[in-house]
Amino acid sequence: MLRAADQVGTGLAGIDVVGLSKVYPGLHSPFAAIQDITFAVRDGEFAALIGPSGCGKTTLLHILAGLIDSTAGAVTMPRGHPGRLGTALVFQGTSTLPWMTALGNVAYGLRLMGVPLAERIARARGHLERVGLLAFADAYPHQLSEGMRQRVSIARALATDPAILLMDEPFADLDEQNRLLLQDELLRIWQEDRKTVLFVTHSLDEAIRLSDRVLVMSASPGRIKTEVPVPFGRPRDYQVIRRDPAYGALSARLWGELREEVLRAGRP
Amino acid sequence: MRVADRWLAVVSPLGLLVLWEGLSRAGVLDPRFIASPSAIGRTLVALIRTGELPYHVGVSVERIVAGFLLGSIPAVALGLAMGLNRSVRALLMPLVAAIYPIPKIAVYPLIIFYLGIGEASKVSIVALSIFFLVLLNTMAGVLGLDRTYFNIARAYGARPVDLFTTIAWPGALPAIFTGLKLGMGFALIVIVGAELLGSDAGIGFLIWRSYQIFAIDVMFAGLLVTAVLGWLATIALDWLERRALPWRPN
Repeated sequence: MLRAADQVGTGLAGIDVVGLSKVYPGLHSPFAAIQDITFAVRDGEFAALIGPSGCGKTTLLHILAGLIDSTAGAVTMPRGHPGRLGTALVFQGTSTLPWMTALGNVAYGLRLMGVPLAERIARARGHLERVGLLAFADAYPHQLSEGMRQRVSIARALATDPAILLMDEPFADLDEQNRLLLQDELLRIWQEDRKTVLFVTHSLDEAIRLSDRVLVMSASPGRIKTEVPVPFGRPRDYQVIRRDPAYGALSARLWGELREEVLRAGRP
Repeated sequence: MRVADRWLAVVSPLGLLVLWEGLSRAGVLDPRFIASPSAIGRTLVALIRTGELPYHVGVSVERIVAGFLLGSIPAVALGLAMGLNRSVRALLMPLVAAIYPIPKIAVYPLIIFYLGIGEASKVSIVALSIFFLVLLNTMAGVLGLDRTYFNIARAYGARPVDLFTTIAWPGALPAIFTGLKLGMGFALIVIVGAELLGSDAGIGFLIWRSYQIFAIDVMFAGLLVTAVLGWLATIALDWLERRALPWRPN
């Protein structure tokens, strides 16, 4: 079997998750955050992951990013190389380091990877330019808007040239208009090098708008309940696809799947 | 509004001085017990001219600066370690909690007993008096940091030393400055106290000697200089804080 990890050299790099579980030893009884999760994301695919609050989406991403260990199952993902990270995670909310400038934040991943100073500044400036913030290179996060800060953290992730980009509700704290702008920008940037993306969101529209395939998670303990392909091609124009009857049908189907889980999650 | 506030801030001390001088001239205040502001001013000028005041101030400032460095550097290092590591915290916190409330000037006789009456004991008492304040503030600064910052670092492969230098240290720096500013007040109290108890130089010594020779005006001058010293130290620390923390919203 050809595993995703073996495919890095060939430019193929996907995520392969088999039987993944995370059980926390609770005070009275063990608590399963996620249970027996199995799915794959193909190389160059933009996958969205939706699920009710508290279903373990963030737990799953944190396992994939190497922040916590799973208790069972296997993850196969491309490993990093010198100058290149295996996975980069874009966090929700406060995702920039307030004591570093925009440039410092974007260069931070490269700095931890040991990329020499001149090279990491050049790379960081290039990625700041990609998100349209080169003029704000020396600004500190408190001088930037929330949308600009999220652009900085996306640039930081992309600067490490990751094989896989993990995004944990990166636009959740933005207002509607800025969210639409950033979604456009993310699609434009993604279009340039088509990295493998796993994008966690709780917005159905965001999932349909951005992704090639939507993975729906069940209520806690989270499992992958179903996968729904998104039939729209690339590059995508939101104004066009939202008028497509398929958009409404897809949205209704996803909500049908999700609704049960949200109701289940709300029950004691 | 701001300008008006600034003027108001000058009115109260100035008013007090005028009232004080007036009462002295009117003979209400006995000059043998309470020197008039003009007399204190003349004494100050004379003390500066002879070089006596600059000498004593210099000695005290040197002790404070040396004590600050000696106390705050290990306090910051240990505070960061305690904030970052649960085990280090569990190990040291009971000890810190027990020693912290002891008035440090009460330890001074013991320090003199070990280190003698010279500079070492003065510098040590200053270091000791600020050590726990800076340590506890540093630790609280690290503990108060958003966990996401640590996750960001770890997601990009940070080693423990990277967490120390790129997250805990810069993130706790505002709290460290709070500790240093609080410590400055304590350092002044303690150094003047220590110089009163046993010394041959410094502002505390100047005040104590003036008491022994009944030079009321010099005692008042010494107090005034101490107040000005504390004020200047606060300004210096504020300036340093602004320079060190350009990333903080005003």
